[in-house]
Amino acid sequence: MSIVSKIPRSERGPNRLRAAQSGEAQLHPRPDEAFLGMPVFPDAARIAVGDTQLRRNLSHATHTIRAKRLKVVAEMADWQDLRMAAAGIKDHALANLDRYLEQFETAATAAGAQVHWARDAEEACRIAIGIAQSHGVDEVVKVKSMATQEIGLNEAFEAEGIAAWETDLAELIVQLGGDTPSHFLVPAIHRNRSEIREIFATSMGTIGKPAPDDLTDEPARLAEAARAHLRQKFLRAKVAISGANFAVAETGTLVVVESEGNGRMCLTLPEVLISVVGIEKILPTFDDLEVFMQVLPRSSTAERMNPYTTMWTGVTQGDGPQEAHVILLDNGRTRALADETGRQALRCIRCSACLNVCPVYESVGGHAYGSVYPGPIGAILNPLLHGVADEHDAALPFASSLCGACYEVCPVAIDIPSVLIDQRREVVEAKHGRIDQTRLMMAGATWVFGSGKRLAAMQKLASLMRKPVSLLRWLPGLVGGWTRERGVPEVPEQSFRNWWKESEHE
Amino acid sequence: MSREALLADVRRAIRGSRDVDPPRGYLRSLGPEVDLVQMLVNRLEDYKAEVRRVSIKDLPNVIGKVLGQRQAGSVIVPAALEPAWLTTVTCPVLRDDGQLSHGDIEGVGATITASTVAIAQTGTIILDGGPLQGRRIISLLPDLHVLIVAESDVVGTVPEAMSRLNTTSPLTWISGPSATSDIELERVEGVHGPRQLVVLLVS
Repeated sequence: MSIVSKIPRSERGPNRLRAAQSGEAQLHPRPDEAFLGMPVFPDAARIAVGDTQLRRNLSHATHTIRAKRLKVVAEMADWQDLRMAAAGIKDHALANLDRYLEQFETAATAAGAQVHWARDAEEACRIAIGIAQSHGVDEVVKVKSMATQEIGLNEAFEAEGIAAWETDLAELIVQLGGDTPSHFLVPAIHRNRSEIREIFATSMGTIGKPAPDDLTDEPARLAEAARAHLRQKFLRAKVAISGANFAVAETGTLVVVESEGNGRMCLTLPEVLISVVGIEKILPTFDDLEVFMQVLPRSSTAERMNPYTTMWTGVTQGDGPQEAHVILLDNGRTRALADETGRQALRCIRCSACLNVCPVYESVGGHAYGSVYPGPIGAILNPLLHGVADEHDAALPFASSLCGACYEVCPVAIDIPSVLIDQRREVVEAKHGRIDQTRLMMAGATWVFGSGKRLAAMQKLASLMRKPVSLLRWLPGLVGGWTRERGVPEVPEQSFRNWWKESEHE
Repeated sequence: MSREALLADVRRAIRGSRDVDPPRGYLRSLGPEVDLVQMLVNRLEDYKAEVRRVSIKDLPNVIGKVLGQRQAGSVIVPAALEPAWLTTVTCPVLRDDGQLSHGDIEGVGATITASTVAIAQTGTIILDGGPLQGRRIISLLPDLHVLIVAESDVVGTVPEAMSRLNTTSPLTWISGPSATSDIELERVEGVHGPRQLVVLLVS
């Protein structure tokens, strides 16, 4: 059950690719399906690439933000220094994470917060639901948070009869449209303005204040409709849910970086605040924020600074929520931390710069990755958090051309290509002992290339087969991937070696 | 239970990992040749905030004029805000004694607060809930925020501002009015927070 399931399916927003116009597999999972049942990356990518509207939206968005980012990063003479400092601070925090987590707990508790520990998604959801139920609420308002999406908190709340309202404009579009985010920063990047207008017009009224009758597709008018719709919910809500961009061990401070003010609303108005914080969000000292508050906005929204940032420490009497909970979440992070090459992925501050420069992401969008963490960082983070036993996770390290653009732009210098290669090795090793097409082909190639005579014989054989090969329209198995989009390569009349040998005598 | 188990997992994962001393070669301040106040003005205007440079003597006049021009209707201020600043205000003034409910504040058109420090390089103004700034709700619900910044509180960079902050009080960093780029990445000023930001830079 999801909130949007209250909206009759026929009245939901236009669900591209779900509509069975093409009769193909569906790429937009509903929130209550999470990402289960999604095709693995290569199949999902094929569906996405065929969607010209999606590609147009994505290409416009990624190119716009890339150009803006380049401009604001070029302004900073010390950008590389900031980048190395950010990477170093995160590495230091991770190398001493046990100590800093305990320090955070002590400081936050002293400031009036209650700190909880959750090893997995189920435990984190249970704690959050317990707190909400102790206040007898049937709804909560939410600040956009990757961690709560990762653990499926909205769906867990819904199962207990508590509605979790997303308040970020893009998350609202996604929630009302009955689909899932496709980008960290602009989760509705796959929707254009006319689709958004339609979603608002059909769905807002079913769960609260309806959109005005004369709603147009002007972004300013759409934002205004969201303001009016959500204001009601902000003023009424007793309990708010947030994540955190940073958690400071020294002081117990949490930080939320945002643009719209929905974060400030959620962090200020309700009586109770529950923050779900991944354990890798820890920074050792308050002063460390001086680095991250410089690199994050320029890398993510490509602004010198985002409009609003809130930093709070426990409870402040007479100002904001008087009951504050922090749920420290593992959910696979210690698994990633134990991976010597991969642990650098935990430096990630979810800026999404790597998505915007990735040629693969630009072509297929976020949904094809089948996870709340798409793009290059998702391609390494998912296998690190879950392992590669599942075919979805095992496919992701291959969803890259290894061009390295993601590493160049990463504000915490995560060497994504190196981790991808390491993950590919892990995927191959996990198959060890099993007979597998790649393995057989490689064994065959080793045998042929291992001797000049065998190679010459094979080349000769290939030339003799020239005619029948030219009649082939497709190839079977793994090599069939080539012939799906292209013809079978032509076999030359004779090999280079053969030609050389003959020409030498002339 | 989970606390110990989680911490044990962390310790197992980091055993033998290499610690690093983070390099801190980044700049802490801008050169002396930079006009910080002018830079702040430019940055804030980029964010579509209105900025006025005023003398302390003129401040009450300007406040009255801004509220009048923007037809604020009513205004809320922190209880400790200087009464002399409000002498030319003609609309009803609500002084926040900390007891007002969300509903009381929701209908108010404008707010006037001071600030603790401003960052020129990023166009950021920081509120720390001090007596002249009030609790967070009063600078959040009204549609117009008149934000008073002393020129002496303008610093060049983020690191310079950080060293001035009180880490125990709730901090709000404001860089322009509320904004979103969620629809086709087209920037729209004004979603949930104050849609109009007027900064008065006082010398």
